[in-house]
Amino acid sequence: MTNQEWLAALRAEDNQPALEELRLRLARGLHYALAGRAPDGLLESLEEDVAQEAVLKVLASLDTFRGESQFMTWATKIAVRLAFTELRRKRWQDISLEGLLKVEEEQDYTPAILADKTPSPEQLAERTIMLEAVEKMILETLSERQRQAIMAVLAGGAPMEEVAKQLGTNRNALYKLLHDARLRLQKRLAAEGLSPKDLLALFSEK
Amino acid sequence: MLNPEILKKMIVILTNTHAGEEELSCDECYEEIDHFAELELVGKSAAEAMPLVQEHLEHCQDCREEYEALVAALKFIEQEKPGE
Repeated sequence: MTNQEWLAALRAEDNQPALEELRLRLARGLHYALAGRAPDGLLESLEEDVAQEAVLKVLASLDTFRGESQFMTWATKIAVRLAFTELRRKRWQDISLEGLLKVEEEQDYTPAILADKTPSPEQLAERTIMLEAVEKMILETLSERQRQAIMAVLAGGAPMEEVAKQLGTNRNALYKLLHDARLRLQKRLAAEGLSPKDLLALFSEK
Repeated sequence: MLNPEILKKMIVILTNTHAGEEELSCDECYEEIDHFAELELVGKSAAEAMPLVQEHLEHCQDCREEYEALVAALKFIEQEKPGE
């Protein structure tokens, strides 16, 4: 169906067939989108539930469809966003920010440095000094909130939405917070005469 | 507090950070992502055509994950179609 055909069919008085067709296609799309991201049992019911929810969301958002892509692409996008929001919420619901940060802080990172096969004693010393220097820079440059956000997202691999919830904010604001943090750190590194590339080179196998 | 792996991740992210450029928010990226995905799928360089979206995807794990899932869905659906 063309975009116009979809819109017309969904806006028609008897839009049941179109709704059903949409639901089926979204469920199938979700099946491919989510493959391997959660246990099969969970995925099956999730696909069904989200497809249903997505149909409602698509209907409610029909007027915002700009036609810059195909209708099914746009609708699938909506379904994928809903599915991931739900998956992330389920996966992270029992984890708190404090929990995430605590795990990170308790980790003894000495084994990670020592596990590296190649560093000479000089390199090891250089890296340790650099680690401490950068850590100091981070503490001085970033606000506590920025530090927590970065650590949770990077270290904990936590999804933005969940971290945002924990920090009492939303995903967009969190993204901006992280963006500002990145810019600040970059400026600070530059002020110290360090480029990210130089730092990376320190850590690569030589 | 910091372990080398985290530090490395942070530094990689910093190498991709460009001061002075407007970055998209997650919602703004979401608005454009269907268009971006389609460009990519037909072999046009979406990254060149929509650099702000590309940049956001490089910095935002969540959006990138959703984008990849969307592309996966579209690829398989494309394969299933006999050619409407």
